[in-house]
Formats: sequence, structure tokens, C-alpha cells
Amino acid sequence: MGPDLLAVRDVSVSFSTESGTAFVLDEVSLTLRRGEIMGLVGESGCGKTTLARTILGALPPNARVRGTAVMFEDRDLLTIDPGEAADEIRGRAITFVPQDPYSAFNPLFTVGDQIFELLRWKSPDRQPLEAGYSRARRQTDRDRALTLLRLVQLPDPERLLKKYPHELSGGQRQRLMIAMALLPEPRLVIADEPTTALDVTIQAQILMLLRKLAVERRVSVLLTTHDLGTAWEICDRVTVMYAGQAMETAPIDAFFHAPALPYTQLLLDSLPSGEAPLRGIPGDVPNLVAAPAGCRFHPRCPRATQICGAARPLSTQPRPGHWVRCHHGLLR
Amino acid sequence: MKRLLRDRSALFGLVIIVVLVLCAIFAGVLAPFPQDVTTYHLPRRLLGPNAVNYFGTDRMGADIFSRLLFGARLTILIAVIATSAAVLIGVPIGLVAGYYNNRFSDLLMRVSDVFLAVPQIVLAIAIAQTLGPAIQNVILALSITYWPFWARLVYAETRSVRNEVFIEAAVALGASPLRVMVLHVLPSIASSVIVRTTIGLGGTILVAAALGFLGLGPPPPTPEWGRMVAESREFLPQAWWYAAAPGLAILLVVMGFNLLGDGLRDALDPRLSRGNDGP
Amino acid sequence: MAGFQGAAPLVRVRGETPLLPHPRRAADTDAMRLIAMIARRCLWMPPTLFGLLLIVFAVSHVIPSDPARIMAGENATADQVAAIRHQYGLDQSLPMQFLHYVDDVLHGDMGTSLFTQRPVAEDLIARLPATMELALYAMALAVLAGVPLGVVAALRRNTWFDHVVRLVTVAGLAMAAFWLAILLQLLFSMWLGLTPVQGRIDGWGPDPITGFFTIDAVLRGDWQTLFDAVRHLVLPTLTLALPAIATIVRFTRAGMINVMSSNFVFYQVAMGIPRHRIVWKYLLRAALIGTLTQIGLIFGNLIAGAVVVETVFDWPGLGSFAVNSILHSDYNAVMSFTVFAGVIFILTNLAVDIAQTLLDPRER
Repeated sequence: MGPDLLAVRDVSVSFSTESGTAFVLDEVSLTLRRGEIMGLVGESGCGKTTLARTILGALPPNARVRGTAVMFEDRDLLTIDPGEAADEIRGRAITFVPQDPYSAFNPLFTVGDQIFELLRWKSPDRQPLEAGYSRARRQTDRDRALTLLRLVQLPDPERLLKKYPHELSGGQRQRLMIAMALLPEPRLVIADEPTTALDVTIQAQILMLLRKLAVERRVSVLLTTHDLGTAWEICDRVTVMYAGQAMETAPIDAFFHAPALPYTQLLLDSLPSGEAPLRGIPGDVPNLVAAPAGCRFHPRCPRATQICGAARPLSTQPRPGHWVRCHHGLLR
Repeated sequence: MKRLLRDRSALFGLVIIVVLVLCAIFAGVLAPFPQDVTTYHLPRRLLGPNAVNYFGTDRMGADIFSRLLFGARLTILIAVIATSAAVLIGVPIGLVAGYYNNRFSDLLMRVSDVFLAVPQIVLAIAIAQTLGPAIQNVILALSITYWPFWARLVYAETRSVRNEVFIEAAVALGASPLRVMVLHVLPSIASSVIVRTTIGLGGTILVAAALGFLGLGPPPPTPEWGRMVAESREFLPQAWWYAAAPGLAILLVVMGFNLLGDGLRDALDPRLSRGNDGP
Repeated sequence: MAGFQGAAPLVRVRGETPLLPHPRRAADTDAMRLIAMIARRCLWMPPTLFGLLLIVFAVSHVIPSDPARIMAGENATADQVAAIRHQYGLDQSLPMQFLHYVDDVLHGDMGTSLFTQRPVAEDLIARLPATMELALYAMALAVLAGVPLGVVAALRRNTWFDHVVRLVTVAGLAMAAFWLAILLQLLFSMWLGLTPVQGRIDGWGPDPITGFFTIDAVLRGDWQTLFDAVRHLVLPTLTLALPAIATIVRFTRAGMINVMSSNFVFYQVAMGIPRHRIVWKYLLRAALIGTLTQIGLIFGNLIAGAVVVETVFDWPGLGSFAVNSILHSDYNAVMSFTVFAGVIFILTNLAVDIAQTLLDPRER
């Protein structure tokens, strides 16, 4: 693996809502290396989508961000000028694959229109300060698009471009989204639960495709998901989050076979297996307006003691490349 | 309800309506010249706004402010009765038509289409003209003209609610159609009806004023606001207050109902159609 | 919502959300559906108009006044009145009179105005361009002013601009049209002397080609007449357009706000598409679709508003014709106007529905 591409350091995000301030991310730290596929795993509401949006710089107006830094290559995305962020980072260095490919397309325009809109501003051939959209560039962009559409295994791309989003299947739309995410030749693709909205039979195909293309192009991927199986399919490393806190980061094998975090172990135990009865995790996800102090999982954790509610554990590294924030980690 | 009270513009609307009602009820006490509804003082005709006559006097020398206050009674009376009648006719028709999905329903809706195929005001004018200038005829004209709006609204809403599971459950449990319609369908469409009615009250006032303007409303010396504006025309541009005051009253009152209606819509169900009579 | 095209309305009504289309069957093609819709509407038109005629006939014949006597004049003898009554078929029973009338209409004869003594059809045709000119200019003004205001108000939501706009729209919808007309006359005609008080033109209009004074004046190169026609158009157009502007602003604003939180907008933001592009190309289109569904409604309200506006400004159009006919108990004119207006209304709504079906790809 290469050097660090993305380093999120101690980022906290809060939203002001009608019922109070919700602390959605609490001192989250994360690093991502060049060319690796990182899975961001957690239950609904754990903050994975918010973290993705924070990195993109696309948070709603009622959000407050604090943190040490979000280093992308050699720039701090927290302090970057918003115009620069929109122009150079989003859609260019960092791209996005949304969860629901249907609603991410504008229903009134053909998919071709929307792809070319993206290429008009974000094509690798675009000159800085370029004013219009020259015919020559239109042609090269078109070739570029058609090539990539074939690479994502979409048949007959010329005809496909003329179709409207509602005329395509879920799988086709998500392939288009992946293609669009790769067209600007980014260094990082953030995929927010890219297969959740798809049929089970197609999910594996899409994931494999994503991994194949990412590896070929040495593009890093930050993939959020609530499904451990998805993470197992294609990730190199996994970070697990709970209630806005990042708690464990480990290489994929270690994560699944020898996790350090009790929560991770409970998640793995709750996966259905053969004829054994289903095991859940007792309790509920906390309300982020009044979240538990210290480690936010401690009210539900079988290994919790007093210190867990008193102070947030620091990050330790029980094995090389395997970090965990827990007072009573499973590994020593 | 709390959300409604927090909405400042809706609150403002409510205040206006309350003031209107109070003016109507206490017109006799609030008006400096209560007798000016019927009596006249020609020497004092067409005076501009002054310390005695806040809004000036009209062509008969009557105090406009006092006449406005008494006109408020008329306005409320017409609006409330006409709208209630339209609701009482339209809602049941819409309910029945929406509940039963058969030729009879189609027929009912075609009938309402007939009423809607010409500009409502033309129909109202025709009816009022036929029956003669009197307050009850205005009310009748308005009711006949406007019931289809409620029928259509209730029809559409009933049809969409009809397929909801809780209605099926009620029917399966053996509830009679009447019972289902009144006890189950009606409450769930109530918020739409309430919003539409509030705004409809404002609309009724506007049309009633138009009828009065054309001379089809209650005859003089009744202080109907629309008629007062019509009377003022021959004295323009000098007696500008004569035209401005009643129109301003109309504006404020209708605005009050519209704001309240908007607020009710937001409070009761923000998903409701935000349209011409809305947002 | 289950489809119910069987009872789909012919005419749109204030405040109604457009009903969802029937779920498509596999065998449907777009053209077929369109033709089916048009056919259905046209089929329902005659019965609806018939019912309308019935109502108007019933209403106008309830009164005790005697049009034959009015036409004969005050000094006519009983014989003369009877003769006139016979001449116009007024001595027949009511149902007979009605059937005669319907028969005449079907043959294109809308009767003679009891008041002006001219064929009603002539009057209607002569006055139609006046109302259309007014209504179309008002519609254009409403769209050109209303849409940008609505967009900007949505973008600057909850700022002072937004609040002012919302206040003005609320007031605009609460104002009595006749009052606004009089105020404008007061201000611009009487105090400032900028525009004429009433009427469509001073003297004669341009030699007619389309019947629209403005277009005809341009076509004839008659700038003097054009200027005069425009001067006369200003106040009535403004009066008529204000409620329409208010409605369009509200719809556009609401549509924009609704769409602004869509996923596709977020996607484009996340991918760094320039903001101005997102707003003016993509957001606007989605918001306008919502407004478009109400255009038919707005235009219908405009025609209705013309009734009052034409009366106040003494504009020689269909609206003032209707009012004058009614006030003079001119049955033929009233009933014919009703048929005429009914046809126009229904056709306008049909045109809008067709346009909407063609414009929204999801409807195809």
C-alpha cells in the first residue's frame, strides 16, 4: 500500500436541531492509503454518511464542524476555500457514488445529458479557466464516456445515453454512477452504501466491478455500509463506527477473525449462521442529542466497567496496523 | 396547535379575524356615529379624513369608519353562511362520490364539472341578478356557485383514502358505508377541508364584494363594502379616501383568512398541496 | 392511488394537486394514451355543456321580467308586445324554447341579442380578440415577473427579500380586483395623468388583421396607434396579472424549495457542479414542471378575472359583454356566452394537459 491519501484527525460534527444539538461525530480519526479500499461499517445513524459528507464538504447549513484537520494529499479540507473545494476537490480529486442511484439522477434529463454535464466541468481534459465547451472536447469526452461505460459492462452505450433514468434498471443506474465517479480520474471515491438499494443478486456484481476498477486505476475507495458481508467482499481494511465514534480499524482478516473491539465481536456474532438461533445486541442505539458519556457503547457492552462511562478510551495498537479505542479490548 | 401559534404570519391572520369579529359584534359601541348606517348629513358630505371622521365621510355625509364597522357584520354573515352552505352541500356529495366508485359517482362529478365550466363569478352574477339585490340572494348565489370546489376536493381525497388499510379493516368488520364515511374517512380528510374552508371564507368575501360592486348585493343604505367602493367612483379623484377605505378593509380581512389558512396547512400537514390557494 | 381516469375532471380547480395518471399497462403506447385522453375529454364535452345550458336557462327564466315588453318599449300596445313575443318564440313553453335554442346552437345560430339586436355570434367573435389580447399579455407578464421572483425568493429563503415577496403575494391574492383597478386608475390616470382611465383605444383601432390592436398596429407600421393601444393596455394588464403573478411566485418558490433538497441536487453538489448551473438549468426545470400544471388553472382564473377588470376599465371584451348581458336580462346572449366560455375553458384545460404529458418524460 502507498502513502496516506486521506487523514481525518479528531473531527467532530454537530447539527443544531429543533430538539437540541445532536453530536453526530465525536472526535473521529481515520486514515486511508493510496490504492486501498476501506470499509466504514456501522448501524444506521452511526455517522458514516455524515463523515463522508464532511470529507466532501457537503454538509447542510445547520452543521458545525470542529477538528484538527482533514488532510487530503497535502491540503486541509477543513480550511480550504469553498470555491476551490467545489472546483478542484469535489468531482475531481474526490468523487461520490450515492446510495440510491434512482433519485441521484434528475428525472427530467437523459442520463447522457447528465454525464456530459459532469464531463463539461470535471473532465480530465478540461483546461483551468476554460469558458465554454468546445466541440473538440465534446468529442473526446464522448469517447471517454463510451469507453468507460463499456468497462462497467453496460451494453450498447450509445443507445443508453439517450435514455431517461426511469427507463433503466437499478443495476444499470449504479453502474452508470460508478462510471461517472471514475470519469474525472479521481484519487478517492467515496461510495455511500452503493449496493443497499439494489437486488441481492446484483450487489455482488457491482461490488466486484467497483473493486476491479479501483485496483486497476489505483484509486482509493471509502465505502460505507451497514452490511458486514459487503465489507468482506471487497475491502482491504475496515473501520467500525458506533453512534458517531470510530472505534476500531483493522485489516480485513483480523477484523473478521480476531477483532479487538467487543462491539465488533457482537456484530459478528449476530450474523445469521446455519441453524443457530439469531442473536441480537440488547438495547437501542442512543439518541445523539443526549449521547452517553465516554465510550458511547458502554451501556450495552458486556465488558463495560465504570471507567468506560467516565472517559473516552485512547487509541491503542494491539497489533501492527490494527487500532482500537477500548478500555477492555479483546486483544492484548 | 402549538406549531400554529408559533407561526407569526398565521397568528397575525388570526388576530385580524378576531378583530373583525369583535368589530362586527361591537360595532354599535365602537362606531362614533352608529346612526350613520341609515341617516345622512348632507352638509358634511365628502370630507376627507379628520379628527372626527377617521376615514372621512361619504356622499351622504355619513361617517365611513362607522359604516365600515357595521359592514363587518354583513361581511361575516355572508361569508360564514355562504361558505357553510357550500361545505354542507359539497362535502357529502364528494364523500359519497368518492366512496362509491360507480356510474353514480361519475354522474355526481360530471354535475360538478358543469358548474365549474364557466367562470364562477359569471354564474354568481347571473344568479344574483335573477333573484334581485338582497343579502339572502347573494348568499344563495355564492353557495350554488362554490359547492363544487369542496365536492371535488373531498372526492379526490376520499378516493385516495378509500384504499387505505384502515378503511378496509373497518369495512371488513362490518361497518355500514355511512359509518365508514363519517367516522373513518371524514376525520382523515378533515385537515384538507378545514384549510380549504378557511381560505374559501376569504374567497367568498371577495366575490361577495364584487357582486356588491356591480350593484347586485344588498341595496343601499346597507354598508356593504363592495358597494361603497362602487359609490365612490363618481367622486374620484378628489374623494380618494372614499374608495381606499372599504377596499383596504376587504384586503385586510381576506389576507387574514389566507394567512390563517396557510398557517393551518403548515400546522396540520405540511405535505398538503401548496398551490394557488396556498403557499 | 388507484387510477381513476374514468372520472378525471374536465376543468382544473384551485388548490387541487394534479391527479396521478393511470398505472401503465404493458400494451399502452404514448400516442395511444394521448389520443385516448383527448377522445375522452371531447366525448364528455357535449353533455357537460348541455347541463350548463340547462342551468343557465333555468336560472335566467325564473325571473318575472318580460323581455318582450322590454324590447317593445314602454309605449307598446299589448298586440305589439304579443307580436314580438311570437316573433322571438317567447310564447312557447319553456322546455320548447330550450329545445329550440339547443337546435339553433347546433346549427351554429346562437340567436339574436335581445338587447343589441345583433346576432350574438357576431358580438362574441368581435369581442373575443379584445379579451384574448388582455389575457395573453397578463399571462406573459405573470410568467416573466413571477418565475424569477419565485426562484430568487426560494434561493434567498427567509431573508428580507423573501419576506417582502411573500407579503406582496399574500396581499396580491387578497386584493379585490375592482379595488386594485380603481386605485391604479386613481394613481396613474387621475393623479399622474400617465395612462387613460378607460377604454381600449382613443378613436378607432388599426385595421384588423388579427384583432389584436398591438399586433395589428405593428403589422401596419402604425406606431401612433401602437403607442395608444399600449397606453390603454397597461392598467388593465397590471390589474389582471397581479393575482396571477402572486400565484406563480408562490408555486415556483414552493417548487424550488421542494426540489432543492432532492438527492439529485445533492449529487451534483457533491460532484462539484457549479451552483449557477444547478440552479438555472436543473432546479428551475424541475420546479417549473410543478408550476406548469397550474398554468391552465391560472389562465382560467385570468379569464374569470377579466370579467371584473373589463367592467371597471370599460374594456370591450367578452367579460364586459357577459356582465352587460346579464344585467340587461339578455337571455340569448347569456346562454351563448356560457356555451362559448365553457368550450374555451374545457379546450384550454385539454391543451394544458396535453402539454404537460408531452413535457414530463415520466408521464410518457
